[in-house]
Amino acid sequence: MKYLYYPGCSLEGTAIEYHASTQAVMAALGAELQEIEDWTCCGASAAESVSNLLSRVLPARNLALAERINPGGDILIPCSACYLNLRRVEVEITQEGLLDKLNAALGEEGLSYHGGTRSRHLLDVISNDIRAEVIADRIKRPLTGLRVAPYYGCQCLRPYGTYDDPEQPTSMEPLIKATGAEVHPWTMGAKCCGAGLMTTKKEVALELTGAVLRAARGADCIVTVCPMCQMNLDSYQGQAAKMQGEDLGISVLYLPQFLGLALGLPGGDLRIESNMALTSELRTRLCL
Amino acid sequence: MSAGISAHSKETEESPSWDAIREHIRACMQCGTCTGSCGSSAAMDYTPRQLWRMVQLGLLEEIFASRTFSLCSSCYYCTLRCPRGLHLTEAMHALKRLAAARGFTAKEKGTRFYRSFLETARRYGRIREMELMTRYFLVMKDPLLPFGFAPLGVKLLRKGKISPQMPRLSGPGKLDAICRKVEELEAGS
Repeated sequence: MKYLYYPGCSLEGTAIEYHASTQAVMAALGAELQEIEDWTCCGASAAESVSNLLSRVLPARNLALAERINPGGDILIPCSACYLNLRRVEVEITQEGLLDKLNAALGEEGLSYHGGTRSRHLLDVISNDIRAEVIADRIKRPLTGLRVAPYYGCQCLRPYGTYDDPEQPTSMEPLIKATGAEVHPWTMGAKCCGAGLMTTKKEVALELTGAVLRAARGADCIVTVCPMCQMNLDSYQGQAAKMQGEDLGISVLYLPQFLGLALGLPGGDLRIESNMALTSELRTRLCL
Repeated sequence: MSAGISAHSKETEESPSWDAIREHIRACMQCGTCTGSCGSSAAMDYTPRQLWRMVQLGLLEEIFASRTFSLCSSCYYCTLRCPRGLHLTEAMHALKRLAAARGFTAKEKGTRFYRSFLETARRYGRIREMELMTRYFLVMKDPLLPFGFAPLGVKLLRKGKISPQMPRLSGPGKLDAICRKVEELEAGS
């Protein structure tokens, strides 16, 4: 299995552990990643609030680079916002005139795009290409007895989550069970954590993040597939707990970090120490 | 997704983008599924359903004075569930663009954050969190604002998750040519 790899900006900064663990786990599972050289920002949620065309051109630049390397190839994207933005351009280029406009802008850099890419979220690739059965066969450190809350968030599912149910997603459950762990039953898996409101409307976002953390009570950890979700649940966990006036302490791991531990990869390769809210219980349990 | 909702910097009362939003929302039957699906609706002054009714009635001033669309976190639940199949999240974005273009939200944190974000992207091609937040703090001109983020910033620095390198704030940028062309295309559309 070979994929073009679009890490996105967060994975070079606050989500550096998502970058490291995605690469480590994909390598361990025999998938080859080729990072798209000279990739740039997808525009996140910011571009769409300023310029409609720019919000399509920024992702299109990366699609054009990918298409030049491997026409028809799959692009692996771990960040949900990046996934939404790149995927949206692939879906929308059937609209009259859009491709011409995109190429008029891309032409400034000598680039052009023709629709020959397929953007895929990391969760989709792990679930459908690698598959839980294969992971189950390779478990070196069974996580039996661990209770895990799968948190999907929004933009890996909506509006382009064709690989799962956008209301009641379940794609992470076979992966969790493959490690020997059990799934924490809850209904918050696809609810919003507040996303970027954490920077501009913090009191509203802390409320939403707090609700997710509260519902995860009883689980040993939450597993995420998005840098924004991870940031809010992990890094802002202390502030959410303070605002709600209750103990919301829980470990939050990226899905490839969680799978990597079960596959027996060393914690250093998965950058476990970069996580902010690891509980001592989980450390003891996983000998970290 | 719909083709019609777009905005550019030369907005007028009868601008195509406002017309496109109104046209799109015309099919709203006020069932309230959007409001019931919205995680932020409790914090809004008008619920999403009320906002769409205001759009239908053309209550521009009230719409742009409200904080409803600036509280949209782009979770896409309303878009997913709308029984009329309306692209409501996109319509929220279109309202954000329109409000910013008309200067209604020039001092809003969200508007300034988005601008700082894109300025960072234009300059370096990629977002560097330290640079983004520095730009944001400078443009907000609120000396107390950075303190709300400082404790987390220090923790992230210690974990090696943000770079302490201080950004250069001006000069030519990686995405200048593309950004200039986009402005040109939008002005001409």
